[in-house]
Amino acid sequence: MAHHIVPLNTNIKTLAALVVLTAVTVLTAKFIHLGGAGNLILAMFIACCKAGIVLSWFMHLKYDGMSNRVIALCGLAFLALFIGFSAVDLCSRNQGGQNQYSCGFSTEK
Amino acid sequence: MGAHGGNYINCEKGLWSWLTTIDHKRIALLYFIAIMFFFLVGGLFAILLRLELFTPEPLFMTGDMYNRAMTLHGSIMVFMVIVPGVPALLGNFALPLMIGAKDVAFPKLNLASWYCLMIGAIIAFLSLFWGGVDTGWTFYTPYSSKTADAVAMVVFGAFVMGFSSILTGLNFIVTIHKLRAPGMTMMRLPLFVWSLYATAIIQVIATPVLGITLLLLTVERIFGIGIFDPAMGGDPVLFQHFFWFYSHPAVYIMIIPAMGIISEIISTFSQKTIFGYKAIAFSSLGISAISFIVWGHHMFVSGQSVLAGSIFSVLTMLVGVPTAIKLFNWVATMYKGRVKLDTPMLYAINFLSLFTIGGLTGLFLAAFNVDVHLHDTYFVVAHFHYVMLGGALMGFFGGMFYWFPKMSGRMYNETLGRVTAIMTFVGFNVTFIPQFIMGSQGMPRRYHTYDGAFTPYHVTSTIGSWILAAGFILAIYLLVRAMFKGEPCTEKNPWGGTTLEWTADSPPIHENFLEIPTVTGRPYEYR
Amino acid sequence: MSTASYNKKEQAAHHFDSLDQQHDAGKEGVWIFMATEIMMFGGLFVGYFMYRTLYPQTYMAGGDSLNWYLGALNTLVLLISSFTMAQAVTETMQGNNKKALRLVTITTVCALAFMVVKYFEYTAKIDHGLFPGFNMWDPASAVEYANNHLRSDAGFSLVNLQPGQELAPGQVDGKSLKLFFVLYFCMTGLHGFHILVGVGLMIWIMKRLKNDEFGPKYYTAVEGVGLYWHIVDVIWIFLFPLMYLI
Repeated sequence: MAHHIVPLNTNIKTLAALVVLTAVTVLTAKFIHLGGAGNLILAMFIACCKAGIVLSWFMHLKYDGMSNRVIALCGLAFLALFIGFSAVDLCSRNQGGQNQYSCGFSTEK
Repeated sequence: MGAHGGNYINCEKGLWSWLTTIDHKRIALLYFIAIMFFFLVGGLFAILLRLELFTPEPLFMTGDMYNRAMTLHGSIMVFMVIVPGVPALLGNFALPLMIGAKDVAFPKLNLASWYCLMIGAIIAFLSLFWGGVDTGWTFYTPYSSKTADAVAMVVFGAFVMGFSSILTGLNFIVTIHKLRAPGMTMMRLPLFVWSLYATAIIQVIATPVLGITLLLLTVERIFGIGIFDPAMGGDPVLFQHFFWFYSHPAVYIMIIPAMGIISEIISTFSQKTIFGYKAIAFSSLGISAISFIVWGHHMFVSGQSVLAGSIFSVLTMLVGVPTAIKLFNWVATMYKGRVKLDTPMLYAINFLSLFTIGGLTGLFLAAFNVDVHLHDTYFVVAHFHYVMLGGALMGFFGGMFYWFPKMSGRMYNETLGRVTAIMTFVGFNVTFIPQFIMGSQGMPRRYHTYDGAFTPYHVTSTIGSWILAAGFILAIYLLVRAMFKGEPCTEKNPWGGTTLEWTADSPPIHENFLEIPTVTGRPYEYR
Repeated sequence: MSTASYNKKEQAAHHFDSLDQQHDAGKEGVWIFMATEIMMFGGLFVGYFMYRTLYPQTYMAGGDSLNWYLGALNTLVLLISSFTMAQAVTETMQGNNKKALRLVTITTVCALAFMVVKYFEYTAKIDHGLFPGFNMWDPASAVEYANNHLRSDAGFSLVNLQPGQELAPGQVDGKSLKLFFVLYFCMTGLHGFHILVGVGLMIWIMKRLKNDEFGPKYYTAVEGVGLYWHIVDVIWIFLFPLMYLI
């Protein structure tokens, strides 16, 4: 496999992008109120972009072979399954107070 | 080294050379010693449990003792025997040989993973001196965060053993990706290697979640933070999500490699090309992918939402598809083959019949509404013993007998080998068929006394457990004895197998092959 | 660049055919390890999202009671350290072990700076009775602290609900505040542990860079530690907004 050397220039640009996005995260979270889960989703979206930048450039996935990309994606995909299915359970519990298997602890609303 | 007639067993001498070895074959033998010891200890507890259940009244155990023995039996068998059994022992021995490599990709990591297992096991066993653990191997909260202190130790031990599993999986994936011999494309891999590959994916992806679960439980006990404590607003069901996200795929860590062994044995002993190579290979990957989205079927009655339960129920049925594909392909391979009923093949047939029963009863339990009735009864106990013992361990012993001549350069007593296969089959069914019946009639699991109406079933089951135990003890005795005193068998290919390990010396030299073989076609090309 | 240095590593380990194969294998091993890290931290994130869904208001209050200036500062420190680490890999691949050594040293200093900031954050929290273990949790002080730091437009306040007491409008039971701090300390604690492990790895790498061991064909160790360091950074990228901001 090619040993791709990432030039200093690219690394500086990557760092700049990350710093800018950090600033965007802070500003949007502190000064824009979207209500509900809006801010959470926005912040997570920006964080995913930042993570994508780190993975692609700092961690060289952009220049790397297929197998390492697949491995990274596998980790993320299975994590998504984990979060997704747990969320399905949590969000559908005690619907209309009809859940006969309620585990007997109250949740604050 | 090989040029001097030495092999991996005698190329270095002394205990120290074994404890510091980084040769994958020697590490496999280290695993053999450890796992056989654990298996005997775990089996001893099983026998004690069955003996206690001989009468409806307490016989020689108190309820507390029974719970502790049951927990030990479960934890030992799961974390120390079946999970490392096939991949770490047989996989370690066979994988590099089968793909034409000199060793696994990271030999030192391989040794480290054996030490992780040992250290974890020692920590877990030490808990016995702190009074033992009575939570069952699932460590459900909130009970496990309140009961005896030794829970933290066992949990921490299991945490360390998890690293062993992760390191093995990591090693195998890289080995399969990077160390294949020239010409060994992915579509020419032996099916055991495919199954190890599928297993390794689960080990790598799922085990870290077990790690974090057990770490949280340990922290909860030591610091008293109460993360799963309902009194604080915590959610005990979250623990079950965490736990089963690992432990359900872990079931497939146990069974998939055994399935791979069965593919090898059936093809070799039918002297016939494996039927549906690609179907078997991809069904292994399919099972490992599906295994991650079915964990909720352990939680049908534990406070999970009905919607989630229904989704998990449907998804669980999906596992039946790749599993059935495998079973049909194995049977089709045997059809019109020249079937030789040697010991490994007998174990493979044990596997086929017992695993089919285990798999089908799994479908009953996967159905949400049926499970509400059968949950926590002996039906479940019988089901998972059919899969774990009848499936995974039968496959494991089949594999041990199959690769034994390659491992040791010696041969076991074939007649007695066949006797053990038949004994375990008979003993197994006598033990567990009554458990299906009494489970469906409502006998709950994890009780040390029971209603007199169940006496005949329990007595039959206990008697069966003696036959089963005798069979396994004889099998281990045969293997250990043959290791030292067996008939020398230097023939490279005693069974007529077609995979690469049969082209190496018996036992192989330190670097496996004098010359790395070049592969030109698929394995299993018999006719 | 010195030729002698990587001459001694021209030979791959006995079970590899070439240094290239060895490098690819090693790198893939590190990547798989990264996947396990993702899954391990992922478990904690699942816990976070679960409890956040159950108790959105106390999680908001918990987040507000953290010092986000320090959090942002630490984010910058980690980003810079990630950059120096990435550049260190670039230099090592060109055989400039000296330059790489300097860059890894900066990375290590950043890592230590991160831990110092964390130390001040932790002690401040512990002083206010916000550590959820060892019986150090003080519900009254914790709820008071959280209320004092709550954003002005939150529209609710936390109370320690006594048995039999009813919640007044605009009041939220502060019992679950402890769950926020459990996850805060678990997640940042585990992350901090990874930083410390990273420092250890960096010291190992610095020693080897000093010995001029790496070269264009043999640099897997630096690259692997780099990958590890970036993953630690990625985890913080998620932790920072989840814990401090929203």
